[in-house]
Amino acid sequence: MGAGHGHRLYRHAHSRVHTLLAHCKLAAVFGFVLVVVATPREAMWAFALYAGLLAGVAAYARVPVTFVLRRLVFEVPFVAFALLLPFVAEGPYTHVLGVSLSESGLWGAWNILAKGTLGVAASVLLAATTELREVLLGLQRLRMPSLLVQIASFMIRYGDVITDEMRRMRIARESRGFRARGVRHWGVLGKSAGALFIRSYERGERVHLAMVSRGYTGSMPVIDEVTATAVDWRRAAALPGAALVVCLTGWILL
Amino acid sequence: MTAPSLEVSGLAYAYPDGHQALFGVDLTIARGERVALLGPNGAGKTTLVLHLNGILGGGAGSVTVAGLPVEKRNVAEIRRRVGIVFQDPDDQLFMPTVREDVAFGPATAGLRGAELTARVEAALERVGMAEFADRPPHHLSFGQRRRVAVATVLAMEPEILVLDEPSSNLDPASRRELADILRSLDVTVLMVTHDLPYAMELCPRSLILSDGIIAADGPTGDILADEDLMHRHRLELPFGYDPRAAASARR
Repeated sequence: MGAGHGHRLYRHAHSRVHTLLAHCKLAAVFGFVLVVVATPREAMWAFALYAGLLAGVAAYARVPVTFVLRRLVFEVPFVAFALLLPFVAEGPYTHVLGVSLSESGLWGAWNILAKGTLGVAASVLLAATTELREVLLGLQRLRMPSLLVQIASFMIRYGDVITDEMRRMRIARESRGFRARGVRHWGVLGKSAGALFIRSYERGERVHLAMVSRGYTGSMPVIDEVTATAVDWRRAAALPGAALVVCLTGWILL
Repeated sequence: MTAPSLEVSGLAYAYPDGHQALFGVDLTIARGERVALLGPNGAGKTTLVLHLNGILGGGAGSVTVAGLPVEKRNVAEIRRRVGIVFQDPDDQLFMPTVREDVAFGPATAGLRGAELTARVEAALERVGMAEFADRPPHHLSFGQRRRVAVATVLAMEPEILVLDEPSSNLDPASRRELADILRSLDVTVLMVTHDLPYAMELCPRSLILSDGIIAADGPTGDILADEDLMHRHRLELPFGYDPRAAASARR
């Protein structure tokens, strides 16, 4: 959608991946994740191949690998949980560098780590090549409940408006000498949050009034009608298709 | 003879909490007129506006837009005919891009494809915002957002344009630009405002709504020059403003 502002995850470039229709990309990422999750965890080589496939897509989309790796930091809190598994899980134990670790725990940790990372990396690629607005339109075309799409698009539209309101309230507080210095001041912050909630709620009512005044009756009209061609779907299928071959091979060789 | 753009007769309304806001409002606006609706805070201006497109209703009296009565079964057509531009453009512009926002009204009414695109482009052209079609609204200046808000309503090709405080929060240049745009439109305009010089500049005729009734109806210049009338309804001109001088300047 042209010169719209990009969100921070988006990386502007011109590539076939960028121009592919959002709903095809969403379906492709979803398919890819399903295939990855269905792969036997013992087939370690398969996960390496999946990573290779993603690296290929990244290169094709002109998204630097470092960009993807940096975004993966997001995953760290979840990984921390996976790393605990070998220490807490039961079963036969094995010794690594003198530490006794659960074998099933190790496999479990590997399973979560590998599949999780691949899933997040695929999503990061999706976000890097698709404008947020397009993602929402894509979800709408994939028949996601219209109400959920509407809520998400209002979040995008009004996020900045509400952040700005919050900033003005903070400036107003500080201009009257307020500084949050400890528990005793939490009350003030709590009341500010409450006021912000009420203001946002009232804005919601006004927005609804404006929508109703322009004929809104509960569903968003279709403004851009786009249909994907067979070629689009074939392009989108390249990634999950290749992954499926790897997955099936994994099961056969098991 | 064509029906007047707007005909309100005997309109009375009390809010569910018992507060009575309108006590029998009568007014008629002919096609192509530009009329200012003046009045102090709490006079019932917003309540009246929300009756024009059937958001509020159920009290006594009737509202007719170009011959069509405001009733439940006509509500879709009424909302197409009455274009309300609300005061805060951030309330009015709720779609992710300017283009989609302007398309919202006509698309809701069932327009699609090339016809929809043409309608959107024409509306943006009329307010001088065509090159901003793909921008998100929150990246525009306040004056630009107000102009887009006008376009969102123009795209529905309304019978009457109702503007709530169109000049509020605008810097003098944006205020003048908006005035030029409003003057260039060939639609009926009802403008709710506290900005009396703006009413003088744009609207040959003014109404004063006070305590839920129309307290005065006449040429804007005469109303603003009637000090006693103005004082009774808590209306005040800006310091140093002379409505007679302004009237002769306009001629």
